[in-house]
Amino acid sequence: MKFAVIVFPGSNCDIDMYHAVKDELGCDVEYVWHDEKSLDGFDGILLPGGFSYGDYLRSGAIARFSHVMKEVIKAAEAGKPVLGVCNGFQILLEAGLLPGAMRRNESLKFICRPVQLKVENNQTMFSQGYEQDEVITIPVAHGEGNYYCDEVTLASLKENNQIVFTYHDVNPNGSLSNIAGITNKAGNVLGMMPHPERAVDELIGGADGLKLFQSIVKQWRESHVVNA
Amino acid sequence: MYKVKVFVTLRESVLDPQGNAVKHSLHSMNYNEVSDVRIGKYLELSIEKSERPVEEVVKEMCERLLANVVIEDYRFEIEEAVAQ
Repeated sequence: MKFAVIVFPGSNCDIDMYHAVKDELGCDVEYVWHDEKSLDGFDGILLPGGFSYGDYLRSGAIARFSHVMKEVIKAAEAGKPVLGVCNGFQILLEAGLLPGAMRRNESLKFICRPVQLKVENNQTMFSQGYEQDEVITIPVAHGEGNYYCDEVTLASLKENNQIVFTYHDVNPNGSLSNIAGITNKAGNVLGMMPHPERAVDELIGGADGLKLFQSIVKQWRESHVVNA
Repeated sequence: MYKVKVFVTLRESVLDPQGNAVKHSLHSMNYNEVSDVRIGKYLELSIEKSERPVEEVVKEMCERLLANVVIEDYRFEIEEAVAQ
């Protein structure tokens, strides 16, 4: 399985994402610059965190119109796994691949620390390696992670089990219903504010994020490799 | 040539944490008559005349990029600029 890490001007978690996939997960991975016009040959798409285009106008608003995003949308429609972390999540929201929008953190402060998440749905291609309701520790680092959507959208997220991760005990940013990560209806696009790529090795404080990447690979192998 | 002023604000139904912080600060300065503060963005666009009506073009730009209509409202004023 081969992953693409999309790099925008201002991305700053791209190297962590690359490292997580290459060295900890042990899969093929390549950086793909934002003005590339093809994602042929990639089986999974990763949108890393950072401050694409300096967060000008709104987080993710300008990145959403880059050339490569047309290909990301095509890949999502084709059912390929697409993971957006932090700024990557914000870009997926702006692109309309996921419902809702981000507001400034309730505290107005940039927060950067490990948080506890609850696995609300372990029946997705991103979360099948976790136990249902398992509490995991993954770091957050953002100033705009205060997820919002209207009541109709929230009801539909709940009804379709699209809420994959919620903040456990403490909600760091004021997000609606403690939402930390959601998928699209089809379940192949996940956006999350916490950084699983920063939690892939006990040496740096925890490896709870690694299972997320392993889940994607397991799903892919089961559907693409004979006798897997 | 048109000069267009675009105002983008958070929707009434969406909490504005920045506006709230400013309101509290104003209250602490004894401006107790302030009941609400909403912070938004102001954009000035210069737009050449084209075949499409300028209102239609501006509205489309607001919907697609300048505002996120999930959480933001927008309004705009259009002025025809006199050639210098």
